[in-house]
Amino acid sequence: MAFITANWNPLGEAFYRKIELYDMSWTLREGFRDCLVAAAPYGGPIALLKECQRRSPSARPQLEIYSASGVTMASFQWKSGPVRHLGWTVCDDLLCVQEDGTVLIYDLFGTFKRHFSMGQEVVQTQVSEAKVFHSPYGTGVAIVTGSSRFTLATNIDDLKLRRLPEVPGLQGAPSCWAVLTQDRQTKVLLANGPDLYILDNTSCTAVSLPGISCPFSNIVCMAVSFSYKYLSVFTDSGHVWMGSANLKDKLCEVDTKVRTPPKQMVWCRRPKSQQASVVVMWDKLLLVAGDCNDTIQYTLDEECVCVGELDGVRLVGPSRHEFLQEVPLVCEEIFKIASMAPGALLLEAHKEYEKSSQKADEYLREIKEQCVLGEAVRQCVEAAGHEHDTHTQKSLLKAASFGKCFLTNFSPESFVSVCQDLRVLNAVREYTVGIPLTHTQYKQMTVQVLIDRLVYRKLYPLAIEICRYLKTPEYQGVSRVLKHWACCKVQQKDESDDVIARSVSVKLGETAGVSYSDIASRAYECGRTELAIKLLDYEPRSGEQVPLLLKMKRSQLALSKAIESGDTDLVYTVVTYLKNEMNRGDFFMTLRNQPVALSLYRQFCRLQEQDTLKDLFNQDDDHQELANYYVRASYKEKRLEARLSQLQSAVDEYNKAKNEFAAKATEEEMRLLRFQKKLDDEKGEGLLSLSLQATMEALLTAGLHKQAEQLYRDFRVPDKRYWWLKLKSVADKEDWEELEKFAKSKKSPIGYLPFVEVCVKKHNKYEARKYVSKVSPEQRVKAHLAVGDVEAAAEAAIERRSEVEMNSVLSVCSPVTDRVVVDKLNRAKAAATKK
Amino acid sequence: MAHSHSIRRDCPELPDFSLLKRLARDQLIYLLEQLPGKKDLFIDADLMSPLDRIANVTTLKQHEVDKLYKVEHKPIVSSSDQLCFLIRPRIRTVKWICDVVNADKSAGRSRRYKIIFSPQKFYACDAVLEEQGIYGDVTTDEWAFYLLPLDDDIISLELPEFFRDNFLEGDQRWVRTAGSALHLLHTLYGPFSRVYGIGRCSKMAYESWREQVEEGEKKACQAEIGKVFLIDRDVDLVTPLCSQVVYEGLVDDIFRIKCGCVEFGPDVTSSDKSLKVMLNSQDKVFNEIRNEHFSNVFGFLSQKAKNLQSAYDKRRGMDIQQMKTFVSEELKGLKQEHRLLSLHIGASESMMKKKTKQDFQEMLKTEHSLLEGFEIRECINAIEEHINRQVSNVESLRLLCLLSLTENGLLPKDYRSLKAQYLQSYGVEHLLTFANLKQLGMLVEQQPGETLTVMDSKVGKLVNERTGGKLNDAFSSLAKKSNFRALSRRLNLVPKSDEEYDLRVPRDMAYIFSGAYIPLSCKLIEQVLERDGWTGLEEVTRMLNGNEFAVTGSNGAKNDSQRIILVMFLGGCTFSEISALRFLGREKGYKFIVVTTAITNSARLLDAMLDHHM
Repeated sequence: MAFITANWNPLGEAFYRKIELYDMSWTLREGFRDCLVAAAPYGGPIALLKECQRRSPSARPQLEIYSASGVTMASFQWKSGPVRHLGWTVCDDLLCVQEDGTVLIYDLFGTFKRHFSMGQEVVQTQVSEAKVFHSPYGTGVAIVTGSSRFTLATNIDDLKLRRLPEVPGLQGAPSCWAVLTQDRQTKVLLANGPDLYILDNTSCTAVSLPGISCPFSNIVCMAVSFSYKYLSVFTDSGHVWMGSANLKDKLCEVDTKVRTPPKQMVWCRRPKSQQASVVVMWDKLLLVAGDCNDTIQYTLDEECVCVGELDGVRLVGPSRHEFLQEVPLVCEEIFKIASMAPGALLLEAHKEYEKSSQKADEYLREIKEQCVLGEAVRQCVEAAGHEHDTHTQKSLLKAASFGKCFLTNFSPESFVSVCQDLRVLNAVREYTVGIPLTHTQYKQMTVQVLIDRLVYRKLYPLAIEICRYLKTPEYQGVSRVLKHWACCKVQQKDESDDVIARSVSVKLGETAGVSYSDIASRAYECGRTELAIKLLDYEPRSGEQVPLLLKMKRSQLALSKAIESGDTDLVYTVVTYLKNEMNRGDFFMTLRNQPVALSLYRQFCRLQEQDTLKDLFNQDDDHQELANYYVRASYKEKRLEARLSQLQSAVDEYNKAKNEFAAKATEEEMRLLRFQKKLDDEKGEGLLSLSLQATMEALLTAGLHKQAEQLYRDFRVPDKRYWWLKLKSVADKEDWEELEKFAKSKKSPIGYLPFVEVCVKKHNKYEARKYVSKVSPEQRVKAHLAVGDVEAAAEAAIERRSEVEMNSVLSVCSPVTDRVVVDKLNRAKAAATKK
Repeated sequence: MAHSHSIRRDCPELPDFSLLKRLARDQLIYLLEQLPGKKDLFIDADLMSPLDRIANVTTLKQHEVDKLYKVEHKPIVSSSDQLCFLIRPRIRTVKWICDVVNADKSAGRSRRYKIIFSPQKFYACDAVLEEQGIYGDVTTDEWAFYLLPLDDDIISLELPEFFRDNFLEGDQRWVRTAGSALHLLHTLYGPFSRVYGIGRCSKMAYESWREQVEEGEKKACQAEIGKVFLIDRDVDLVTPLCSQVVYEGLVDDIFRIKCGCVEFGPDVTSSDKSLKVMLNSQDKVFNEIRNEHFSNVFGFLSQKAKNLQSAYDKRRGMDIQQMKTFVSEELKGLKQEHRLLSLHIGASESMMKKKTKQDFQEMLKTEHSLLEGFEIRECINAIEEHINRQVSNVESLRLLCLLSLTENGLLPKDYRSLKAQYLQSYGVEHLLTFANLKQLGMLVEQQPGETLTVMDSKVGKLVNERTGGKLNDAFSSLAKKSNFRALSRRLNLVPKSDEEYDLRVPRDMAYIFSGAYIPLSCKLIEQVLERDGWTGLEEVTRMLNGNEFAVTGSNGAKNDSQRIILVMFLGGCTFSEISALRFLGREKGYKFIVVTTAITNSARLLDAMLDHHM
């Protein structure tokens, strides 16, 4: 395996290697000549705008989009204005910055998405240079105009344009510039000849490079690292100065001995590396400059573009795509010539083992003696992750697995996860997919984002495979991919609604976490309302269907679905919506067909809008409810006249509802109210709004027998009721004379037992006896007992030959005092049974 | 005691429901802490007692609640800069809060306001806040306090308005609440193996719960509750309208048990003070008599008193050492028992005075005749007299409804005359009460048979076509016909009257109504559990307007939990029904857990039909 280090070049303490990623499958006959090129980081797509310098007005440039392996994804004629700059957003959309300041956004497949402008004044002054940059806030665009003014948009998804202050003394374009993000602020660093300025929102500050020792008269190029932490500057003296981006510290200064201005300068630094290094590129030369004064030089046989990555630089050329990086420490330790690192020994041991050589044992012993077998396995596992070549990956993993056998409690997690990672990485590096991610980039980017990117490239099967392989929870994994697939499917204009709806439902089935309403919503956005409705039918949760149906103005359907969901809040939402959207008549009519919604709305109105309630009943010709409404309203009225008029309305409505009973009852109430009012005015009894019974009771208590009598007749109060009432109130007043008069007035409809009982209740047995004789024979025993006349009770019972009654008398007899009576009764009982 | 003859000893243990309280308390504390600093707390009147069971004043104070106020719908007096409102999601209360906030605004006073809705917020509440222009001034939260365990086997949602809102107004907003409550129980004590139910609302609550189960995460755990039975209150309106004669029910009818707590007046405590007493299984005396027919209670209590006396008497002839152990070990328990005993004896005496009155006896007689269907004319006369003599408006109404429910409506002549009498006695505003009762099918005019059946199928069809049978319908009451007589025959609800019924040794659930009637609700539960479904009860369900279901759940494990049965009453249940289920449980070796939207009785049920609170 000695050849692994063949492409390694030392620079200071570290090594650098350049590995080939792809043989590009595109054919660019003229290379990048006359091209605007933009390649997205994280192995993203590449955009080319060919012949951007229009030779004649009729010749239109061609915009082409490729994967990182050079597979065509889109190609079309550029019909808009002249483009100054191309760049990619964090979510793989292409930004084309035109001379007039318009920025057009296309997706990966060249579909136009939207556009925005960098400001009106730019139309006049024209964009002279533009840069697309990424920050924690998303993707931003910075331009400098022909009048040397900078404009920034920090996040194109939340567009806020910021025009930066003027730079003193700047005429024409600056010699070079870069965008920095520091302290949550986006700034521009620019060089005008030898002078450096920082432009922020409000000010322009002159700055200098700390510790720069070489004399120079012009800064010709500058580069900011991937993380915005470091800055490098190339001077016309051929020196590269490297330092922190906040211009506080200097890292190093290297003389490249080349004085021509470079075409590109890019940071090439892996995270946590001690070494600061940049890649500087000229036409035929590529140079890596680092901490030490040495440099690595590569000759270029073709024109390339450098793409800065998190852990290295990609070189995209017309025929090749390469990756230049600092060799990861663990790889260096294992593969360095004559390395005695544990991992290196383990790799060697395994190699011998495969050859069935006993040397394997020797190596193993050596590792074990140093107690570093665990470390050895860890190294091999980690190194495997960093290797691009599958054979190397395999041999490292095999060695790790071999070493693992001799360890008892080594956690397999890291081994398993690297195996999984590599499987995914190898799959996406495959040139048909063309995403050449390194392990470090993959970890930074996360699986979720990778899946998103695959989905964005419409590589649904691969995405699903990966989700299944990694056992990603359904709702984040497979379901999400399927949802995107379906959203894409509904946009296929050449298929009929039915076919699409069916194929979506077949593929999605009951997959958990897929919301048909989201898919339907997409269909609706594409103008396919019918398809949307069809898709909504598959949505099992009716609640989910409602918002979209409302959006599509299918309010009736929305209402039924809301009701079906059983979620009253949803019903309310729709009802409120309908109330605002429809005219009142239609609104009420709609409700009328939906009893559930109607009762909900009624409940709401009852508390919030009484008048609406009335209108509602009116509209429905619901006279019964309307009448009830008036009755209810009448109680809220303080003034008698108002109350009477409410009641009159109620009477009318009850009549319309053919509820004669209620109409009559209400009319009587009105009569009663008038009567009470009259009496209150005359006598001040405070009768108003008492019930009929209570009124009569109050009159009787007040001794107004005549008036009570009048009510009794006028309102056809049943005799029994009146008698009960009068009996009770007269007895309560203990007006025995009146009671006697009343008893004699006519035959009592309630009998005379109650007379006896009220007297007894008032402890007046004397009066009670007066009525005993009048009591009907059936009740006479009870009457006698009530006044305590046991003998008479016994007589009556015997006379009636009723055993039950005799027993009831017996039960109250005292065996001592009522001896005679008891004997008599027992005799009578015996006689009765004999018969 | 008396039930010993048939007790099955292998009843499974009940799950521990105190967890529900802990969860509710922790969430409340979390919500209070969302508004850091001192704050005044305004509590909805009917949330006060439930809140008291969850977190006492000290706990609230610990979380920086300064002063506590009851929501009284009046302008407030508070000097705090932060106001927190703990309320039910009612429009009226929200409007009042709007008034409070707006009053502050016009007075130029700025405070922080937070509304905590329990158990959930409704869209309408937000709508009111928005309409009144204070949506941005308040923060809102939900306190998911769905279930309050009142006792070892009773859990209440404490939503008395459920009955009226759902069955009378056709407002289904609480259905989801019921579904959520069920979901909570399922998550904590499930998975359930079987779910049975009857009634539209039950079906909807079931659907709502299913939906929540599907949305939520699934977890495997040991089920503590096996089966669930959901029942709508309007499936059986007869039972809650009957006078209760079992001790606990009687206490509720007379003294009104509120949130598991009763206030005994001076006539019971035989002192000049009222006393609030918790009534639950912790009270040993109460626990033994709660399910007894009232006629047995005195005997039991006097026996108990004798035992207590002899326990005290043990002191005689003790030496110092024995006396010491007696005092330290037994005396406290005896004293406690003594106190409880004298309370319950006091309560019994007080109830006895009321219930042995002639009126009450006659009313019971009428009630039993109605249930049996004998001497209906006499019953009508008795009811008429009852109304005329103005004995009690709610009682009269109760008898009227019982008459209508058992007889499938009143004859037109009686319907009119009784109503007219009632209006004369209690005022014309009861026109509205009658309209409500008619809407619910509780007090209706007899229809010629033909028309009603046509209406039946028409409405049924209408409902099914529109909605796939999934929803309740405001017209449902039109199709309602109680069919009580036929149901009673088919299910043997009324035991034969010629046999003597020994209330001390009950033979069936009818003992809770002095042997006169087996509650329909409980009988249905018994039958369905026995048959593991509705097979063979087709005729019964048809008469009950259908909407029955039986579903097999996820858990098929055969263990003790399968005999733990959760019965959920949507619209309330009575203590008598709970007693009947306890009896059934002892007979069949089940343990029943009763979940109800509220504890109800005839007075509460009818009170909800009155329109005075509007």
